[in-house]
Amino acid sequence: MVSIYARLAWTWTRAAAAYPGSFVLMIVLGFATTALDVAVILVVFANTTTLAGFSRDEVLFLYGTASLAFTVCDMFVSNIDRVSQHIKAGTFDTFLIRPVSAWLQLCADRFNANRIGRVLQAGLVLGYAVAALDLDWRRAWMIPVMVITGIVIFSALWTLAGAVQFVLTDAPELVNAFTYGGHQLTQYPLSIYARDLVRSVTYVLPLAFVNWQPGLYALGRDDPLGTPEFMRFLGPAAALALALAAALAWRQGIRHYRSTGS
Amino acid sequence: MIELDRAGRSFKVQRSLVHAVRDLSFTVSPGEFVGYLGPNGAGKSTTIKMLCGILTPTSGTVRVAGLDPSRKRTTLARRIGVVFGQRTTLWWDLPLADSFELIRHLYKVDRAAFRSRLAELADTLDLGAFIRTPVRQLSLGQRMRGDLAAALLHAPDVLVLDEPTIGLDVVSKAGIRDFLKRLNAERGTTVLLTTHDLGDIERLCRRVMLIDHGSLAFDGTLGDLMATAPDQSSIEDVVARLYTGSGAT
Repeated sequence: MVSIYARLAWTWTRAAAAYPGSFVLMIVLGFATTALDVAVILVVFANTTTLAGFSRDEVLFLYGTASLAFTVCDMFVSNIDRVSQHIKAGTFDTFLIRPVSAWLQLCADRFNANRIGRVLQAGLVLGYAVAALDLDWRRAWMIPVMVITGIVIFSALWTLAGAVQFVLTDAPELVNAFTYGGHQLTQYPLSIYARDLVRSVTYVLPLAFVNWQPGLYALGRDDPLGTPEFMRFLGPAAALALALAAALAWRQGIRHYRSTGS
Repeated sequence: MIELDRAGRSFKVQRSLVHAVRDLSFTVSPGEFVGYLGPNGAGKSTTIKMLCGILTPTSGTVRVAGLDPSRKRTTLARRIGVVFGQRTTLWWDLPLADSFELIRHLYKVDRAAFRSRLAELADTLDLGAFIRTPVRQLSLGQRMRGDLAAALLHAPDVLVLDEPTIGLDVVSKAGIRDFLKRLNAERGTTVLLTTHDLGDIERLCRRVMLIDHGSLAFDGTLGDLMATAPDQSSIEDVVARLYTGSGAT
């Protein structure tokens, strides 16, 4: 599965490498545009020393973990949100006649290696935050766990977004609210948002488990909203449940696919 | 090789149910070359898409090479080759050779078998001159030959063709027909072909099935088909009679 993905990705990368100038420019631009998010955080902290009780480096830590998970998915999975384009253009049939899962083929479709710029930027911010924060090393194991949990959660969200497009073929942008919107939301401590919103991203759409709950543990902090300690460790379970739901939805989507005339 | 038992597929279109295919039953044995005819909108493409697992039947059962296409789609894909005349299955921006190389990996064809098969296909389909050209720059005839080669690189037992000669000039058509005839005769590949070009049927198909309004209106040999109309009728007349219902039995 990994080797097939790599093969598809490599083919697209080679095709894109025919335009080396644009390739390099896109890496730099990807790096720069995501760096703007960090600039916003820095501007906020130029005017205050804490945000909802969190220091600048703590916020950068939350930003870095969520962004690393998100940008990895953006690079490797997000192409799946082009399902509706393929359905409308009639090119989706092609994915279904190959002996490889349509999900994998779609994720690798037009794989865009220049998105590595965004991944690097997120990795750098996280690296800086971890170095600056003087974290308790006995709690550091949570950092890789939360990044992987985040990757699973965002991948599942994108898969759900793809599955929904089998029904809402004409409104593919609607689902962006949950994928890109989810990323925006997780860039800040959730305690700055309204309590109902935080509840819904904890118990309905488990975005709180991308970085907020496990992040509180890694940072050695209590939840300002008062959730119990065991919630910090529920991330992997929440991610698995969401992934399962996404897989079922995707399967249903494929079975209900209607193809086009002719 | 192909078995349909009361297979049906309906679609909801603006709250009413449209039966694209209904109660369709037929069997195609290994090594047969079958022409599948029908007016536009009769359900030909829907049938083909059920055969390769793209569409899930809403009633009845479909079996291809002993497998249920909608449930065992990726397993079946290794044993079936599909060509859509209206639409390429190749990667639009990649040179033909790169598409073939990708297909080798997707279908896990071993390198030696792939090489000899590609050499043979490149020779019989005359691909040499444009194998390095991106698919989007190919002429329709070249692209169709590329698509055929792509569908056969994994040596499928069944080949399903949806209007493979659409839009081709007489020379390209003749080339494709010769190729299909040899494939069926020499390799014993089972072929199911839909077309609006009755020349394809006359030159290739021993058996003809005709579908209308989603169900089978005729199934028999080419000779049987011709016998449904008065003597001296051309195949066009015969088929037109069946399409308009005046000659349907």
